[in-house]
Amino acid sequence: MIKIRIKKEMHTPRGQEWLDIDLNIAKGEFVTVFGESGAGKTTLLRILAGLTQAQEGYIEIDGDVWFDSQKGINLPIQQRKIGFISQESSLFPHMTVRENLEYACSDKNALNSIEEWIITIGLKGLEAQRPDQISGGQKQRVALIRALIKQPKILLLDEPLSDLDIHARLNLQDEIIKVYQKTGITTILVSHDLSEVFRLSRKVFIIHRGKITKSGSPQEVFVNNDLSGKFKFTGEIIEIHKDGVLNILTLSIGNHVTKVVASDEEILGLTIGSKVIVASKAFNPLIFKA
Amino acid sequence: MHDDLQPLLLTFQLAITVTAILFVLGLPLAYWIAFSKNRFKYIVETLVSMPLVLPPTVIGFYLLIVFSPQHFLGHFLETYLGIRVVFSFTGLVIGSVIFSLPFMVNPIKAGLQNFRHELIEASYVLGKSPWETLRRVILPNIKPALLTGIVMAFAHTIGEFGVVLMIGGNIPGETRLASIAIYNEVEALNYDTAGLYALVLVGISFFILLVFYYLNRKPLKIF
Repeated sequence: MIKIRIKKEMHTPRGQEWLDIDLNIAKGEFVTVFGESGAGKTTLLRILAGLTQAQEGYIEIDGDVWFDSQKGINLPIQQRKIGFISQESSLFPHMTVRENLEYACSDKNALNSIEEWIITIGLKGLEAQRPDQISGGQKQRVALIRALIKQPKILLLDEPLSDLDIHARLNLQDEIIKVYQKTGITTILVSHDLSEVFRLSRKVFIIHRGKITKSGSPQEVFVNNDLSGKFKFTGEIIEIHKDGVLNILTLSIGNHVTKVVASDEEILGLTIGSKVIVASKAFNPLIFKA
Repeated sequence: MHDDLQPLLLTFQLAITVTAILFVLGLPLAYWIAFSKNRFKYIVETLVSMPLVLPPTVIGFYLLIVFSPQHFLGHFLETYLGIRVVFSFTGLVIGSVIFSLPFMVNPIKAGLQNFRHELIEASYVLGKSPWETLRRVILPNIKPALLTGIVMAFAHTIGEFGVVLMIGGNIPGETRLASIAIYNEVEALNYDTAGLYALVLVGISFFILLVFYYLNRKPLKIF
């Protein structure tokens, strides 16, 4: 069980705001923190990791207190047992893939597990390469193994997929799911990609201007439940194009881009970037063999 | 001929000693300046860079005063530790270390400040101490900056004149460096000997810098 109650002043383009978080995460849960940039998502992860200090609060992981401003407890980063993966590659450029992994090992067991991890994550054959010789997706896979090799208590993922192309992103999502199933490690993912949230996590916290405004399963949080449609997809409007009496909306749904028609009434209040639900009744689906 | 070479040998002995001392002193100092959040840091930075703007004779003059046996420090060193700083090789080393300090510290500081901080954080997250991070992550990645500091400090010590003349004087075999010997030989109208020293200094300086720029083809902005 992770208990986080923290307050921290943030300097944003909108002025001073407070990150004021109070949440619990069950052991072994995979949760997403979702919100726009500047909402405090990354700061929250950094505070958990010990890279940034909260002004006040309390952080407890599986019964161990990592931070308690009242008692003056602030466990150093090195002792926090976390795996952290950031948006940009943080592999050491002067070390090969294998050396990067070895650097993270503090004992023989960890060293012995390198080989198994390399096979699990599909990095065989790249061990002798340096980070600038492998692709962005491969770098993040190495970072994933490097983070897990010393068996951390929590895995913190700070938009690790956002710099990758769609193909690499899907691949790495699979690897993250695989790793999560294999280790059962408590994982906190920061993301602002809806499809990623739906695909990876069971629980999502929406963070807005430093406060958690909503939490629940991705379905509960993002999908309006009082529709009776049989198929429902959440997507984002990329383009609105008027064609005669109809409007053609181009939507990004999951990893697909699709076009749907909409009436003038339906698009009222919608702009590019609006999140929408596309629902269809079950009477006329087109079925193709996959 | 043996006597002729002595100022040159002494010069390189001094440059090697000073560069070694500066590396050991300069690295922690540069690390502190690069990463400390102390609000009086700028005062230390100012002091380190003073030799860049002061005439060498000014520094030499103060060192001469401070270390002269008539003053407290010089008196203390000579009476209790038996060390005489003025007009000795030790004096040359102290003067040159102070005078070449910015040439070692500033490039290393720049290298540390330009180093991606996320990599340092990544190392800490992996459980590594600041010392281990410095040794295994930072230093291997700022080799060009380290090399710049070493070469600049070394080359600058070879070329020093004012400070070493003030504190070292002109004692053959003890404090008569090549740069001072050239001045003396010219005064004595021995242009041949002066020319020999000058040519050797030009050749060696050129060679050191040539090798440095060859190895370091994307040179660091230092100042």
